[in-house]
Amino acid sequence: MKIVVCIKQVPDTTVIKINPVTGTLIRDGVPSIMNPDDKGGLEMALQLKDQYGAHVTVITMGPPQADAILREAYAMGADEAILLTGREFGGADTLATSHTIAAALKNLEYDLIIAGRQAIDGDTAQVGPQIAEHLGLPQVSYVAGLEYKDGKFIVKKETEEGYQMLEVAGPVLLTALASGFKARYMNVAGIVDAFDKPVAVWGVDKVNLPLEMLGLKGSGTRVYKSFTKGVKAAGEVHEVDAEQAVGLIVSKLKEKFII
Amino acid sequence: MNNKNVYVFAEQREGVIQPVALELIGKARDLADVLGDKVVAIFAGHNIADQANELIAYGADDVIVVDAPELKDYVTEQYTQAVYQVITAMNPDIVLFGATTIGRDLAPRLSARLEKGLTADCTKLEISDGSDPKLEARKLMMTRPAFGGNLMATIVAAKDGVQMATVRPGVMQKKDKDATRTGNIIPFTATFDSSKFAVKLLETVKAEKGLIDITEAKVLVSGGRGVGNKENFEKLAALAEVVGGEVSSSRAMVDAGIMDHDRQVGQTGKTVRPNLYLACGISGAIQHLAGMEESDLIIAINKDKFAPIFQVADLGIVGDANKIVPMLTERLAKEIKK
Repeated sequence: MKIVVCIKQVPDTTVIKINPVTGTLIRDGVPSIMNPDDKGGLEMALQLKDQYGAHVTVITMGPPQADAILREAYAMGADEAILLTGREFGGADTLATSHTIAAALKNLEYDLIIAGRQAIDGDTAQVGPQIAEHLGLPQVSYVAGLEYKDGKFIVKKETEEGYQMLEVAGPVLLTALASGFKARYMNVAGIVDAFDKPVAVWGVDKVNLPLEMLGLKGSGTRVYKSFTKGVKAAGEVHEVDAEQAVGLIVSKLKEKFII
Repeated sequence: MNNKNVYVFAEQREGVIQPVALELIGKARDLADVLGDKVVAIFAGHNIADQANELIAYGADDVIVVDAPELKDYVTEQYTQAVYQVITAMNPDIVLFGATTIGRDLAPRLSARLEKGLTADCTKLEISDGSDPKLEARKLMMTRPAFGGNLMATIVAAKDGVQMATVRPGVMQKKDKDATRTGNIIPFTATFDSSKFAVKLLETVKAEKGLIDITEAKVLVSGGRGVGNKENFEKLAALAEVVGGEVSSSRAMVDAGIMDHDRQVGQTGKTVRPNLYLACGISGAIQHLAGMEESDLIIAINKDKFAPIFQVADLGIVGDANKIVPMLTERLAKEIKK
């Protein structure tokens, strides 16, 4: 089985802070990580490889330093890594990004394409389904479990009410939930070897699309403005004993007609 | 191409109109009134036509009913084909989807098929008035959080034609129901290419939860790391019961396996805006605040007086929630009896 996993390097948004004086984002010192849902997707691929044997290729679109997550993927057990990079790809929204990645994937053979459900820097959950559409593949999103039986994938999809079981034959695109696939650690030998393994660097020549479909020019949306949220005026804070605390809460609830 | 009117994909599950559909119709009503246009609901499913009036009562002018056995349960390709045909036939100006596991699966697929942009998980939608030379009038301004809620971005469509957005459940407010409202119910016949139906739904399983969705609760008693364990969450549940609310939690408690994911408030959980949000032992990471700061009244109890939750709280108590909550429950039980 040939599996391609789409991964992305993202800033760890859980440690980003706002400068309380200027109201701007403090990006310095924020570590870059492999996006958690993508890492779950890679784990899904590696579990299939462990059970059935598979060739796992990871691909990322990003700046040259995104090489770091490809090395991490090697250390986890990936077999091949591709860095898709170029100025032409910059400023892309999800539509342009998905066109670029889909066009690059056309250079590869695959039975299964896996993407993370969403990336923590954008939280859109769009690129996976959009790639599937561009490639004419069926999709299942929010995947929390997977079995492979008689040439078909039996997929567990999480929903608000519980889950669904779906059946689909490859080639197919699945988007993975980190919560469904607890990522393995890099193994020590793998870490050492990861730095000697080759990463294929692909540029715009591997993307057979007109330049107008890439980057900012190919985007279906544009950012009109961005801003940090004004901090809501803080209310009263009291350091009191438990008895007084209860009193304060009850009078607040009465004041606001909650009780 | 002349794109016109504000459309809402009116999501139903097993024939039940989802609350987010009514919330989106409420918002679409505001947008359409600014534009002087109509609100049109796209209502797809099987044997659902009798409920179209409900969508009108909440603010739709027209309801396009796509009724077909292929649409009985949500499957990506079937629904994409149906809604794609409606959009290409009607040329909407705007289409809104709920940011649910259905809307977030369907809308990007449509965006790629239509070659149009899509803005995810919007928290605010407005129509531009033309006062800024950088943005023409009558464009949809879609504001959403980015970088885990650290930054807000207002996005606009970069191509001509339909403008599309998903909106998280619980963010917009539905209008009051008006059963006397009238509108048009328009049947739409979709043709299906079943050769593309590659995914087969085997079964739908509902988890035994039996709880009210936290986005619909009027009162939420929410616990975080400071609550710490299942026993202490029982105390929150007792308080919630007395005040007719539900228990929710921060991500930490979900990751720790103490609470289910469907109880999680925040960027990767749900957005809530209850009348009362009582935050117990929640420090208030920005991802959490993004999911609850629109609540009408926020009361926070936390041991750490520097906890960021106090910056959004109307009333903050520096103290131990596990001690205060049982006392509060007892007191409120008496107050409410009176």
